[in-house]
Amino acid sequence: MSAVASVKGFSALARILRHVVLLVTGALILIPFLWMISLSIKAPGEIFHASFSVWPVQFYGIENYEKALSEAPLLRYMGNGLMVCGLILALQILLCAPCAYALAKLRFFGRDLVFGMVLAGLILPHQVLSLPLFILGYKLAILNTYAALILPYVVSPFGIFLFRQFFKTIPDDVVHAARLDGLSELAIVWKVMVPMALPAVIAFAIFSVVGHWNDLFWPLIAVRDQSLMPPPLGILVFKNEEAGSDYGPLMAASTLVVLPLTIAFLAAQRWFVEGLTGGAVKQ
Amino acid sequence: MASVLIKSISKDYGQAPVLRSVSLAIADGEFLTLLGPSGCGKSTLLRILAGLEAQDAGSVSIGERVVDGVRPKRRDIAMVFQSYALYPHMSVASNIALPLRMRRLSALQRLPLLGRLLPTTAQIAEDIGVEVSRTAKSLGIGDLLSRKPGQLSGGQRQRVAVARAMVRHPAVFLMDEPLSNLDAKLRVQMRAEIKELHQRLGVTFVYVTHDQAEAMTLSDRVAVMLDGELLQVAPPQSIYSDPDNRRVAEFIGSPKINLLDGVMRERGLIDVAGSTIPIEADALAGTPLLLGIRPEALYFVAHAGQGVLTGSVRMVEHMGSDLFVHLDLAGIDQPLIARLLPERAPHIAPGQILHVGARPDRILLFTRDGRRLRREADPVCRHVAPFREAVG
Repeated sequence: MSAVASVKGFSALARILRHVVLLVTGALILIPFLWMISLSIKAPGEIFHASFSVWPVQFYGIENYEKALSEAPLLRYMGNGLMVCGLILALQILLCAPCAYALAKLRFFGRDLVFGMVLAGLILPHQVLSLPLFILGYKLAILNTYAALILPYVVSPFGIFLFRQFFKTIPDDVVHAARLDGLSELAIVWKVMVPMALPAVIAFAIFSVVGHWNDLFWPLIAVRDQSLMPPPLGILVFKNEEAGSDYGPLMAASTLVVLPLTIAFLAAQRWFVEGLTGGAVKQ
Repeated sequence: MASVLIKSISKDYGQAPVLRSVSLAIADGEFLTLLGPSGCGKSTLLRILAGLEAQDAGSVSIGERVVDGVRPKRRDIAMVFQSYALYPHMSVASNIALPLRMRRLSALQRLPLLGRLLPTTAQIAEDIGVEVSRTAKSLGIGDLLSRKPGQLSGGQRQRVAVARAMVRHPAVFLMDEPLSNLDAKLRVQMRAEIKELHQRLGVTFVYVTHDQAEAMTLSDRVAVMLDGELLQVAPPQSIYSDPDNRRVAEFIGSPKINLLDGVMRERGLIDVAGSTIPIEADALAGTPLLLGIRPEALYFVAHAGQGVLTGSVRMVEHMGSDLFVHLDLAGIDQPLIARLLPERAPHIAPGQILHVGARPDRILLFTRDGRRLRREADPVCRHVAPFREAVG
């Protein structure tokens, strides 16, 4: 409501200025993507041509995409990505939801301290942990396996934080009613809290899947076997070994890797926005 | 069916005591209301009864059984919440069915897909369905079973919450301000339905409210709570006409009871506001007293005399059937409010001098520290005009 009211308060000039700023930022983010798609349908000669056009003179898309799919095990990479992201997400929700419930609705000694530690975990970039995690992975002998790609991410401070904030907005009476109805604490988490916090779960799912699908840093450290590689790492290897300076197929492969995420995001956009604001602003 | 026994329950939140050694015995099948202003601890007491919170001291028994430390679901109670606390993602039918599913189906049978394959699941689920629709029908929500709570009005949600509590036939019903989220008209209607429900089911009801009209109309007995203490537990009529102390007298009744400072002059006579009222009281001459006079215990008289209070009219409120007259008495800050019958009173205008008489048998005497000073003339429970609901 207040957003609508403030929009009316802006003068025409301010409104134009605001749109210019938004358009410029939007363009800055979109142009590399457009360029990538444009390059993926251009012939090798045209890519390094002095003059620039978005649409190619000679449409070379089929050849590029064919090459991308045939010369690198792209489908294998995407399959890996799907499995790793799916398992990470499933395990994250499995662990985060009960933790968040405990932090939001149960009273126990040291709760605030534990929540403070979750917040500290939120601030820490994952890269800081890569060396200890690498050593841990080595000691557990899980390096160069799927487990090495998945396990470091299963506990997500962000997930715990997001769910906890959302669970806090659910009235205590609902939890009380569920206890009286005979639900155990875990049943309350899965049958009442998680379904009621669905927008937050979906928002978190998008964050998690996008983040881990695109992750290059940790897979680069954790796996060497090409059959285990997720898409970005696969493309990196593809670039070095197969493509060389053959940018057309490389860009085609990149486009194919980004595509599933784009579709998924557009489909879930509504929940994504709701989930991010829902925890912050209490209705 | 069960009686409820609450023994010396105490509860603190941090430093502040919320309940101070509250004891209460509730008979099997009784409708008992915990009445008090918000923050008096009545909801906390109800939650302790339900097992949703733990008391610091004392014990709770439900039907001979001490239930301290027993989980809420094992206490054989059901509760209706102020916010209804329905599960928004489930249909009305699933909301009502959940307590039965949790009790009758094993964990294995409740599994989403596998559960249905087990031999007895289908039969139990069908029985539950029959009971759910029967309960829903009895509350007039039979055609709403497939809807989600978000699509229902406040009154319908309330009924769903009651149905969810009713469906498993609890021994004790707990209700935490169930009507306070409804509009005034619906509240009166639902009040009647709750009364009817109690008569039909015959089980023990413990009802929490801050609304004295609800307490007075619904209850067999009212327990008045203030600041974590039970001040008086009695039938609505006695609470109103025979309060144990000044705080109960002040809390019950609208407009509020008039409290006038008086002094015992001699046996049988009390000086108050420039007048002398003949009342038999067991107090020495010179004892300061507090006179409690309900607005309807005052009546119009034409002339001043013994036992008549005189003041100038500050304000007149016409309520149709009644006339509330605010009188400024000499030497008293608070106006005296008198409820007069329009046909018995003359035309009254602000500024006018008016005489009102007080029925001596309806005057309540309190010591200055607020204790009730009972008189020999006080009957145990008088029959007076029935409690009237607050107007406006």
